[in-house]
Formats: sequence, structure tokens, C-alpha cells
Amino acid sequence: MMWSSASAFFDMGGYGLFVWGSYGVSLLLMLGEPLLAARRRRLALRDAGQAELWDDDAADTADTAAASAPRR
Amino acid sequence: MSTGLRVFSFAAPPRFYALTGKLVPVFWVLAIALAVTGLYIGFFIAPTDAVQGDSYRIIFIHVPAAWMSMLLYLVMAFWAAIGWAFKARMASMLARAIAPTGAMFTFLTLWTGALWGKPTWGTWWVWDARLTSELILLFLYLGYIALVEAIDDPRRSDQAGALMAVVGAVNIPIIYFSVQWWNTLHQGASISLTAAPKMASTMLTAMLIMTLACWAYAFAVVLTRARAIALERERHTGWVHALRKGAA
Repeated sequence: MMWSSASAFFDMGGYGLFVWGSYGVSLLLMLGEPLLAARRRRLALRDAGQAELWDDDAADTADTAAASAPRR
Repeated sequence: MSTGLRVFSFAAPPRFYALTGKLVPVFWVLAIALAVTGLYIGFFIAPTDAVQGDSYRIIFIHVPAAWMSMLLYLVMAFWAAIGWAFKARMASMLARAIAPTGAMFTFLTLWTGALWGKPTWGTWWVWDARLTSELILLFLYLGYIALVEAIDDPRRSDQAGALMAVVGAVNIPIIYFSVQWWNTLHQGASISLTAAPKMASTMLTAMLIMTLACWAYAFAVVLTRARAIALERERHTGWVHALRKGAA
């Protein structure tokens, strides 16, 4: 082990602010971005359900078109 | 316009959605495993640099992020162009899904570069070719996002975005070649400074594993966003309704 203690590790030879400032922001963004993307997909699926209720006629038309296609 | 053609064009997004649903968890597992391994090697095995001390450890995130920022732009421009040329809707959606992740990596490159530049060069920022062209890359990503979000009609939006992405791709070789102009100025920051070959190899290993971790991360998050965009755009179609009924 190259670090004599935990505080030596966090101090990073005097460069702690720069090193942890880099990795801290990286971690924050790389946790936040996937959460936002997952949330967006969840909401999209939910809104698709609402669109279905509102546009029942349009949905029926689309379903009919899709269902009739393989027979051609 | 035959019904058959329309159904064919609808076929890609549901297949994409189903396949990526299985792939995303795999990429997350890979991303986490690789990041833990890379950081362990980078922080506990790779020794302190003789010249830069421990500030050099920023390299394990800075260089992978910089590579990703450039690679993702090319991939985004590629899919945008494919979507434009072949009217492949999923390709256009994929291009859109890449932009925020590319912008995130570009920001990280600039941020970690500033935090590395301060202790190493004594300044957070220099208006040299390398840093400036990377900043332009961030503006290209943000400009692309603003452009495609500003146009409501998906097809016109995809076309405008593709044009901008392809034209902006000229910046990537500029970033690449700026390394050569930049070398003489910033030789002190080069990783080739590492003394013993053994040191260089653990540092290099950590950096490459972190690069793979960033790849896996990018795949996972871009595919997740592409799935969201597919659901948003195709919410009136049969496959999304079928999916919705299956989920309920």
C-alpha cells in the first residue's frame, strides 16, 4: 500500500483539492445523467399511456393499419 | 404510399427498444466493474509521479473524458448523417441521444483540465489551440441540442441537426492536430515523463481501463436516452401502446 494513512490518501500529496474536485464533479455528473435519462424513459412510458387514453381513435387506426399489414 | 412500407419503417424502433432493454443492465455492470478496477489501479497501485506528484492522478478521468468527447461527436454526426440520408428514424434518435452525454464528457474534460492545469501550469485556463477547440466542441454540442429542441417537426429537426453535426465534425481533426502545435508549449504535462517503465505501465493500464469504463457508461446512458426518445416520438403507435399495456 502506497498511502501511509487515510489522511495521506485524501491529501493527495497536497493536491487533494484538485484531484477530488475532478473526481467529485465527475461522479456527480455521472450519477446525475443516468438518473435523468432513466427518469425521462419512465415519464415517456407513462405519457404514452395518457396519449393512448386521449387519442383512442388514432390509436385504433394505427393498430388496425399495423394488424392488416402482414396479410398484404 | 403503401401500408407495407409504413409498417417496415415502424419496425426498427420496437426492435431497438427490446434489444437495448436487455443490453443496458449489462453495460451498467461493465461500467461499474471497470471503473472500480481502473480507480483501484490508478489510486492504489500506480505510484506518485516524480515530477507532478499526485496531481497527475486526474489523468485517469481527464484523458478518457477527452477521448469520449471527441469520439461521441463523430458517432453522433455519423448517426445523424445516416438518419438524414436514409430516413432511418432510429439513427436520428440515436444521434440526439448522444449529444447530452457528449456535452457532459466535454464539460468534464474542461473541468478536470482546469483543475489539473492550475497546479501543473499555474493557470486554470489558457487560450491555446487545444483548450479553445475543446471549448468550441462544448458549444457545438450545446448548439446541436438547442437547434434540434427548437424545431418541433421531428423530420425537419433531424435534418437541421444532421447538417450542423456534420459541419461541426470539422472541429474534431482541429482538436486532434492541435496536440502537435500544443506539444512544444506543454511538454511538461505529457505522461511520457514517467520514469520507470513499470510506472508507466500501471498508469497506462489504469487509464485504458477507465476509458473502457467510460465507453460502457456512454453505451448505457445513451441507449437509455434513445429508448426514452423512441417512446416519446412514437407514443401514438401500436408498439408503444402494446408495451404500455404489457407494463400495466
